[in-house]
Amino acid sequence: MLVVACIKQVPDTTQVQIDPVTNTLVREGIPFIVNPYDTHALEEALRLKDRFGCKVAAISMGPPNAEATLRKALALGVDTAILLSDRVFGGADTLATSNVLAAAIRKLHAEVDEVGLVLCGKQTIDGDTAQVGPGIATRLAYQQLTLVDRIDNLDVAGKRIRVSRKLEGRHELVEAPLPAMLTVVRELNRPRYPRVPMRLAAADALVAVWNNEFLKLDEQSVGLKGSPTWVTKIFSPERDKGEIIGDGYGDPAGTAAMLIDKLLAKDMLPL
Amino acid sequence: MTLNPTIFTPLLIISLGVFAWGCWRRFSLVALGTAENRFDNVGARVGEMLLYAFGQKRVLAKPFGLNHFVIFWSFIILLVSNTEFLLHGVFPSISLSRLPDGIYFPLLLVIDIVSLLALVAVVIAVARRIIAPPYPEGRTIEAFFILALIATLMMANFGINAARIVRLPVNYLVIARTYMPVSSVVAGLIPRPAGALAFAVSWWAHAAALLVFMCYLPNSKHMHILTAIPNCFFRRLEKPNTQPREEFSGGNTFGVARADRFTWKDLLDSMACTECGRCQNVCPATTTGKPLNPRAVVHDIKVNLLKNGTLLKKRATPAKPLIGEGGEGSVTEEVIWGCTTCGACMEACPVFIEQMPKIVKMRRHLVETEARFPEELLNLFENMEGRSNPWGIAPSERTKWCAQMEAKPFDKNTTEYLFFVGCAGSFDSRSKHVSAALAQLLDKAGVSWGILGKDEKCCGDSLRRLGNEYVFDRMAKENVRDFTERGVRKVITQCPHCFSTLKNDYKQYGLDLEVVHHSEFLRNLVQDGYLKLNGTSSELGAVVFHDSCYLGRHNGVYDAPREVIELATGAAPSEMGRNRANAFCCGAGGGRMWMEENTGERINLNRVREALEEKPDTICVSCPYCLTMFEDGLKDVKADNVKVRDVAEVLAEAALK
Repeated sequence: MLVVACIKQVPDTTQVQIDPVTNTLVREGIPFIVNPYDTHALEEALRLKDRFGCKVAAISMGPPNAEATLRKALALGVDTAILLSDRVFGGADTLATSNVLAAAIRKLHAEVDEVGLVLCGKQTIDGDTAQVGPGIATRLAYQQLTLVDRIDNLDVAGKRIRVSRKLEGRHELVEAPLPAMLTVVRELNRPRYPRVPMRLAAADALVAVWNNEFLKLDEQSVGLKGSPTWVTKIFSPERDKGEIIGDGYGDPAGTAAMLIDKLLAKDMLPL
Repeated sequence: MTLNPTIFTPLLIISLGVFAWGCWRRFSLVALGTAENRFDNVGARVGEMLLYAFGQKRVLAKPFGLNHFVIFWSFIILLVSNTEFLLHGVFPSISLSRLPDGIYFPLLLVIDIVSLLALVAVVIAVARRIIAPPYPEGRTIEAFFILALIATLMMANFGINAARIVRLPVNYLVIARTYMPVSSVVAGLIPRPAGALAFAVSWWAHAAALLVFMCYLPNSKHMHILTAIPNCFFRRLEKPNTQPREEFSGGNTFGVARADRFTWKDLLDSMACTECGRCQNVCPATTTGKPLNPRAVVHDIKVNLLKNGTLLKKRATPAKPLIGEGGEGSVTEEVIWGCTTCGACMEACPVFIEQMPKIVKMRRHLVETEARFPEELLNLFENMEGRSNPWGIAPSERTKWCAQMEAKPFDKNTTEYLFFVGCAGSFDSRSKHVSAALAQLLDKAGVSWGILGKDEKCCGDSLRRLGNEYVFDRMAKENVRDFTERGVRKVITQCPHCFSTLKNDYKQYGLDLEVVHHSEFLRNLVQDGYLKLNGTSSELGAVVFHDSCYLGRHNGVYDAPREVIELATGAAPSEMGRNRANAFCCGAGGGRMWMEENTGERINLNRVREALEEKPDTICVSCPYCLTMFEDGLKDVKADNVKVRDVAEVLAEAALK
């Protein structure tokens, strides 16, 4: 069984600033990192490899320099790393992106091994849409299990999976047949640290590049042309300055009471 | 005469055989270690050997060292009489008495006196081990056995000579009393008819003790008699805290997880240790009840080598793990992570065993080959790699400390000094004040200085000490390239860890900077008249000074910060019991800054309590880690009326007010 981890190279958003004139992200000189949620998806794929002997493929759509992200995945132990890169893929929204990723997964399914699971981070820290994972599941007609914080059981032979989904204030235990697409949250695991011999091997390993000549997708369904979403403006929301109430050191109980009164007055406490 | 070569000669041959076999066994195991050049600079090495091995300089640094000095030199001198004894036993015609009287008689006197001194020293050593051993586990059967052997040798020597004196013609007694005063006293206890028996008993006792000693020596910790002298010769002449680089290419192994991956010198160290315990008595981890004990680490490496010896010689997989829970002969991971790399053990070791670098080598294996380390370190490693600082704060925030003042970017054409602010000085809210104080002092003195701002990167100190050599290597190469491209030649640091790394570690990358710690730089500014003080400041009250390990022990800067304090306050700071080369670590070095400390007493509290004994108003430090550890410690012991100040802040009190 092949487990596919979808990973994305994103700008380190803690270092991104918005150009006050053009309202666009200033990306010059900002280092790229692997989308933090995706590192958990990748880690879980590697754990399934350790536990069940599954093969793991990491795929990423991006410009040629996104190869660095896939080398990191190789250093951590994935068997195959594929960069989906073509000028016509550029400018893609979540729909067009999921078209390309789904096509690549189909190709892996046909040419490498039967795909049982696709793992994605719950969202990326640059776009924050959380739509690409579900988009892939939809296009592939896979079971869709979002916000997974625990995999309880994977029955490789019986092709079933049971997971816990982290929802607001509750957990949902779900069992589904394979193939399935999971989006994962950070609580799922602690990503491993790469071992040096693996890093050295990864530096020389092959990162396959699949372009559209290879995937043969309709150009109207990928990249800018395949993207119905248009970004008109990006801006930082204005935020009112907060206020300091009471004296938390001198009178913690009284200050807490004041806070509760304030929140009640604003109808922000569900009582 | 009962001297019988036909019995003695075979016994001697057997003993020599056992001795030779023991030596061969151990030295052939030492030879399994990897290569390391310790044959350079022979002149300096001979000098170090004379000073530290024959001169016993470090041995004498502790009160009982004198005792060892006496035993050591007795051994050297008595080599003459013992060699004669062995030869005489085989070839009775060989005897010192054939020497001219002018040499023979004084030699007898020397041997007689030296034997007495050795016996007294042995008695003191026995008493010490009974009453107050160097460390509790030091009261071993082995220790008493070896002391008993030495005592037997000395007493038997007196017995032999006394029995000779007893049978001398009366007119020789005056000469005997002059040249063998001690033996003459012993002779008074032997009745004349018992002379022959006393001689036989003494002679055979001496022979037995000598032969047993010979057999025992290369098979015990007392092998240090053979290895300590070469160990001083082969000591590392550069700073042992600057660990050797690793070559990152495929097929290499990283760090050490089996004894034969240590260098031959590491393995010789393990054979040179006589377990005196001085390292453990100064180790911050051992002292505060943690499982790390530098003596035990060296001992376990030796035991591991001996137990796996046969397999290692065949280059087969060793049976006993070097790292793990294998009991004696294995070093646990908790031990390996306990080290603060303060270097106190290496400073204390009389024979220059390098305990700490061995621990770092094992850390390298755990981090680089196994990716196994305390979980707190994962964030540190990723932050270092991703954002080049321990906290993972955005590099754009590096200049926030100087938001209220002008700090020019470094430019090789207009700036003389690079002020390398360091991660703590840039991001840590308390250390930012130190950066600001230092910058103001530099400005007041008219120094031409600049910063790298958001382009400054971490020096990588913690990574290197934690064994993450791979990432350190990348960061060091980046920094070295940056410094070279920007034309940086002179650097001021306020952090001893940056200081030591830039100054010593980067040299391995071909970058030879003039690095100066701010305490030295500020002292020079005042002494050379560039920085004028408005009198002295009594604002800080009584000041006690704490040495940073990386400034003091690792780089020998002890006086500069003290002189700065004296210039600023008009009085020399008071000293803690453990100071200068013997100073006690704050607990944050070696990457321990980023790890939890869950076992035993907290190291910083131990040091804070020691500082408080001096009843200070201010504890003065010269390192941002020490600053954090002391401020935290003072809060813990509810003594936060005592202030903690960096030397720059102390000077600022006098210079900027």
